[in-house]
Amino acid sequence: MIDMEERIMIENGTRLDGRRFDEVRPIKIEVGVLRNAVGSAYVEWGKNKVIAAAFGPREVHPRHQQSPIKAIVRCNYNMAAFSVPDRKRPGPDRRSSEISKVISDALTGQVFVERFPRTAVDVFVEVLEASAGTRCVALTASSLALADAGIPMRGLLVGCAAGKINGEVVLDLGKEEDNYGEADLPVGIEPMTGEISLMQMDGHFTREEFDKALGLITEASKGIHEMMIEALKRRYSEV
Amino acid sequence: MDRELIPDIERGYISRLIRERKRTDGRGFEEFRPLSVEINPYGSAEGSARVKLGNTDVIVGIKMIIGEPYSDRPASGVLTTVAELRPGASEFFEQGPPKAESIELARVVDRGIRESGAIELDKLCIVEGEKVWVLFIDIHALDFDGNLIDAAGIAAIAALKNATVRASDHEVGDDFPLPVVESPIPVTVYKVGGELLLDANLVEETVAEARLTITMDEKGDIRAMQKGGTANLTVEEVQRAMDLAQKGSNNIRDLLAMD
Repeated sequence: MIDMEERIMIENGTRLDGRRFDEVRPIKIEVGVLRNAVGSAYVEWGKNKVIAAAFGPREVHPRHQQSPIKAIVRCNYNMAAFSVPDRKRPGPDRRSSEISKVISDALTGQVFVERFPRTAVDVFVEVLEASAGTRCVALTASSLALADAGIPMRGLLVGCAAGKINGEVVLDLGKEEDNYGEADLPVGIEPMTGEISLMQMDGHFTREEFDKALGLITEASKGIHEMMIEALKRRYSEV
Repeated sequence: MDRELIPDIERGYISRLIRERKRTDGRGFEEFRPLSVEINPYGSAEGSARVKLGNTDVIVGIKMIIGEPYSDRPASGVLTTVAELRPGASEFFEQGPPKAESIELARVVDRGIRESGAIELDKLCIVEGEKVWVLFIDIHALDFDGNLIDAAGIAAIAALKNATVRASDHEVGDDFPLPVVESPIPVTVYKVGGELLLDANLVEETVAEARLTITMDEKGDIRAMQKGGTANLTVEEVQRAMDLAQKGSNNIRDLLAMD
């Protein structure tokens, strides 16, 4: 997000895609979408399409990673080669390693890991179509997949970002807003407590702008949390 | 060796100290360890700095080559940051390809420098669309006693500010100082035993529940952030971390007399 020529992304208080400043893109959630995974979830968020598969608690491979006192929770974030305009070379890269790490940390804090020593809980995230904010969608989908797998957790996590475009703090940057915006703050939040489990930021925020951005995310997370609960209920009322 | 295996007894001891508002080495919660910066100790690098923060010892070297620009930024130099956590620096570091820990370190340091616009990358263009300077920031950890992010971030900006573009070696004009116009300083706030503190040493960092790195520019605006660790932070804790980071970065700036 280096300064580029000013691009008008707000007209008459409305964003490029017609959203208000405090509005998230349309979200669609489905739980239990894969047969082999113990738990799974599919999240469509704007043009993002992300699927998460959860396994465990199960044996730890490689063995030396196991902990005698608790379960380890590992998330692997992976972008499909066709998920971005220029084909992404398959396999891990530095960006995906970092995202996997911050999501793993966030999920570990939610799972009652002391109950399952010497085991692993694994979540595999596949980004099928990427359009800004995939790590937030990945966190949301991972949390749902763990819930679907019946892993005991303190609560669900919502991933949501806020950023700055044309000097205004807005919720959930879209693709073009992300490319030409001035700041982005992806956050993982536990809506029941308002606590923060994941936080990254890049760009340029004053302290006031940061506070405003975090406020927008906190408020939005409640609505997204409702949608997650609804999706889980739908899944289990069908059975 | 797994850092998780720090014995519970040690964990308990540190938490107890923290509750009494004490630290293992007697420092205040907002107090950094002694900081020393050695500028350009290595002549082979275009710029270098060796930073000691207590017993944490890290070198940053700047190297530059001529390469191609990215197609979407044809008139801009290219910045790459890599961190090596050498096994000699700690029994927690192992030989082999970079692990998530070193990738995260490099990316957090990189983000602060990149997002603050510290380097005027447009001045590193030689022929638009064809030839630009490609700049490498190599972080080399020599001795690890906690808080590597802050030490590496300080070393990186110190090395950049004292780097020379060796244009004459490549027959593309006269040498010139690397154009650096900002001093982003990352400050990591650690949550240990429920309390927030700065510049954790190794034991404190190992038992820390969470950390939040905040990189501020000279104005005190926020340029990059990274949370680590598994515990959640309340919004109030994030706000306090901001205040601490502000104070910490001012202190470091004073120590470096960068401004």
